[in-house]
Amino acid sequence: MLLNQFLMLGAVLFCIGVYGVIVRKNAVLVLMSIELILNSVNINLLAFSLRNGNADGHTFALYVIAVAAAEVGVGLAMVLLMYRNRRSVGLDELSEMKG
Amino acid sequence: MFSASTEAAEVVLSSGWFLEHAYIIPLIPAVAFALIIFFGKKMPLKGSEFGILSMFGALAMSAGAAYQWIQRVNGAPEEAFIKPVIKTWTWWQNDGISLGIGQHIDGLSIAILVVVAFISSLVQIYSTEYLHGDRRYTHFFASLTLFSAGMLNMVIAENMIQLILGWELMGLCSFMLIGHWWEEGANSRAALKAFFTTRTGDIGLLVGTSVLFFSANEWTQKTLGVSGFSIRGLSAWALSGDPGHAAITVGAVALFIAAIGKSGQFPLHTWLPDAMAGPTPVSSLLHSSTMVVAGVFLVARLYPVFFEGMNILGTSLNFIVLIGGVTIVIAAALAFVQTDIKKVLAYSTVSQLGYMMMGLGAGAWLPAVFHIFTHAFFKACLFLGAGSISHSASHHSFDMKKDMGGLRKFMPVTFSTWIISTLALCGVFPFSGFFSKDEIIDNVGHNGYTFFMIIGLSGAFLTAAYMTRATYLTFFGEPRGAAAGEHHEEEHGHDAHAAHDDHGHDDHGHDSHDAHAHDSHDDHGSHGPRESGLIITVPLVILATLAIGSGFLNAAPFGHSWENFKKWVEPRPEVVAVTDVAHTTGGAGEVRIAAGSTDTTIPEDHSAPADEAVMSESETATEDTVAHGEVTAVAGEEDSAHGEEAAAGHSTKSAEGEAHHESPCGSETPEGGVCYAPQLHHAPFKWSKAGLSMIIVFAGMLLSWLLCVQLYDRKNKKLVGLTQRNKLLGAGYSFLENKYYLDTLYEKIIVRSIAHPISRGAYWFNQNVLDGIVNGAGICTKTVAGWVYRNVDQKLVDGAVNGAGTTAENAGGALQPVQSGKVNQYGALLFGAAAIGALVLVIINF
Repeated sequence: MLLNQFLMLGAVLFCIGVYGVIVRKNAVLVLMSIELILNSVNINLLAFSLRNGNADGHTFALYVIAVAAAEVGVGLAMVLLMYRNRRSVGLDELSEMKG
Repeated sequence: MFSASTEAAEVVLSSGWFLEHAYIIPLIPAVAFALIIFFGKKMPLKGSEFGILSMFGALAMSAGAAYQWIQRVNGAPEEAFIKPVIKTWTWWQNDGISLGIGQHIDGLSIAILVVVAFISSLVQIYSTEYLHGDRRYTHFFASLTLFSAGMLNMVIAENMIQLILGWELMGLCSFMLIGHWWEEGANSRAALKAFFTTRTGDIGLLVGTSVLFFSANEWTQKTLGVSGFSIRGLSAWALSGDPGHAAITVGAVALFIAAIGKSGQFPLHTWLPDAMAGPTPVSSLLHSSTMVVAGVFLVARLYPVFFEGMNILGTSLNFIVLIGGVTIVIAAALAFVQTDIKKVLAYSTVSQLGYMMMGLGAGAWLPAVFHIFTHAFFKACLFLGAGSISHSASHHSFDMKKDMGGLRKFMPVTFSTWIISTLALCGVFPFSGFFSKDEIIDNVGHNGYTFFMIIGLSGAFLTAAYMTRATYLTFFGEPRGAAAGEHHEEEHGHDAHAAHDDHGHDDHGHDSHDAHAHDSHDDHGSHGPRESGLIITVPLVILATLAIGSGFLNAAPFGHSWENFKKWVEPRPEVVAVTDVAHTTGGAGEVRIAAGSTDTTIPEDHSAPADEAVMSESETATEDTVAHGEVTAVAGEEDSAHGEEAAAGHSTKSAEGEAHHESPCGSETPEGGVCYAPQLHHAPFKWSKAGLSMIIVFAGMLLSWLLCVQLYDRKNKKLVGLTQRNKLLGAGYSFLENKYYLDTLYEKIIVRSIAHPISRGAYWFNQNVLDGIVNGAGICTKTVAGWVYRNVDQKLVDGAVNGAGTTAENAGGALQPVQSGKVNQYGALLFGAAAIGALVLVIINF
């Protein structure tokens, strides 16, 4: 079974995503990294779904895709507003939440 | 094992590399699409070289496949079933359902493959000139190439899912290409309209596919070992007598609704004329010759389903024939009130698609498919001709009344190709349209649809008349407007390229047109109309040649030996025995066919029997999964006309050739096998019928010509302005001009009647119910809150809060550095915590 390869791929994607979220300063790239994380989860779902021979994992993956689409919609709207207000999408400049 | 067939003459169906690897054909433009997207802008020809080369590649492969298919057919007996070349790979599989992707190559796919690859190549070459200097030149070629990939993929589709994939790709590309100059509002509205209207129909495609899958899957798995999506499986299932009447009717109607949307049939045809907002090469390729025939192709492809679902030979009126007939007449009538040359051609396309649908609906499968074939050439030629006129003669206007006239002197090549294609479209004798359209009309009548034969004939009359009007306005009379070298200060026509304004203005206030003018085109205002360059005229000449020549592929009037298209393309109605190893015991492979059948045995590969199912690359059904037995065939009798000719000199047939017994592939259950195509009748050709339709066509031309001369040239006082004076005619004219008010119906009435009550209801609910609840809750809360404030809050809570506040302040001060406000750092903390949590989980579980 190819399960291991699927899981490795998922793990690698996940790590790339996490790396992107932590290191990137550009809000759009962070959003893209989040997509990577979600898709690594999808790969895991599909891998196990294939191994167990039922369609549940596929169904979940479809839901994840739908939710991810919604999330990108909201995220990009926020980025757009950020850009309108401050002419930049750099996250390091957004430190007004500082306690 | 093969008891009954040992003495049968074995016929080996020839095959070849091109046939076996036809799945590569759509892959070539798909790869080219990626190349154009990634590297197109950096290339010397801005990506068009990838597109053109890929189309040449696809054309070469299609031609090779066509050649080998013809060999395959010629090597087989006259009436034998020609097994399609099918391949499947598993694309997706889960829970016992698996979807394949592959190829299903038979005569129909071969014919359409050649047409699509050929016209795509020509149109791409033409576009290098027509869109020269366009700001989205590379994108244009990318979309065009992707479109070809989608269409080719749909044509070779092995199952419905693959077909839907290609179908939707085409829809997307159509949207992108119609809206190519989206800066102009009208263009992007047209693109949206095309997309939404076809989407409305596409719901039918999904519903129909699902309905058929759930009804057919069990039977196809059991009998043929293929899924209920498979085109071959569905065809066999439809003719097997297994399907219930309701299931197959619902499936066929739903699929036909998809065809209505895509092929611009009557209630949903409104998008097609608007789609002319796209660049002319797009209209030529997508909206006349290839994409819009997708719906017709779908019906032709799954013909057994429609044949059974609509009971095609059993009635004199069914859904398909009705829609087709209505479309012919209403679209042809609309073509009379258009002033835009492309819209005339668009309505003509709608009307011709109506012919194809009517033909399919009335059992004239072959003439309808042949009409797809011939129509593609002459209609593409007409559109490219219109593009040539606007490109070189009328300053990018398509208005026949304002900006054209008298062009025959200036554009001899465009003029002669236009005339040839017009004659082909009208169905004048030696031109290709005659051989296909007249066959449709003939066969529709022959199959008992007399009323629709009359509709077809009146459609031919109307076609001749409106094409004469368009030809007269464009090429005859005196040059007007732009064709006379005049300037137009205002933008005109939807092709007016406002998109190019950024290329700067010239002195003439004639800005946008010069943007993509070619070399000697600089002084736009000073030159009169003239012939286009070679890159435009050569495709025109090639297409015009085919508009004459392609009809002779199936020239019924000259006898049976000329009917090559019929021989190569039409599926043969024959009972094919399927012996299923997996599901039969003992007498596996026994031929379940009536004794005395001595016909053709198509030998199969008898190698490793059972374990192919696991292989990722397995040719389905007849090759591997199913028929390790043999396919034996009883030659179905061709009906009267060709039957005798065919039987002569065909000794094997005489064994069971006692007269014309009913073919088993009719509407009954075939015994001992499956059918892939229904038995259809062909009307014998009669010169008297052809003569009648010729007279009708010439009458249409003559009448229209006389009217045109009176109206536009002599300005006859009695005729000019008649629609303003006569109330009845005026009402008819405005009815046509408003396109039967269908757009009004869709946009103003249907959309409003659904959207408005919903929004009004929601508003009322919001105002009365929600606000009431909110207000009531507010008042309640206020009362309670006042009491709580006085008694609980002031006395009891404040003490506790102040204490907690002091504690929190101290703790907050300690944690303050963590709250840096940097989102990335928060993310790092989150993932770090999650990682620690995961570690703890792992450790605990050990």
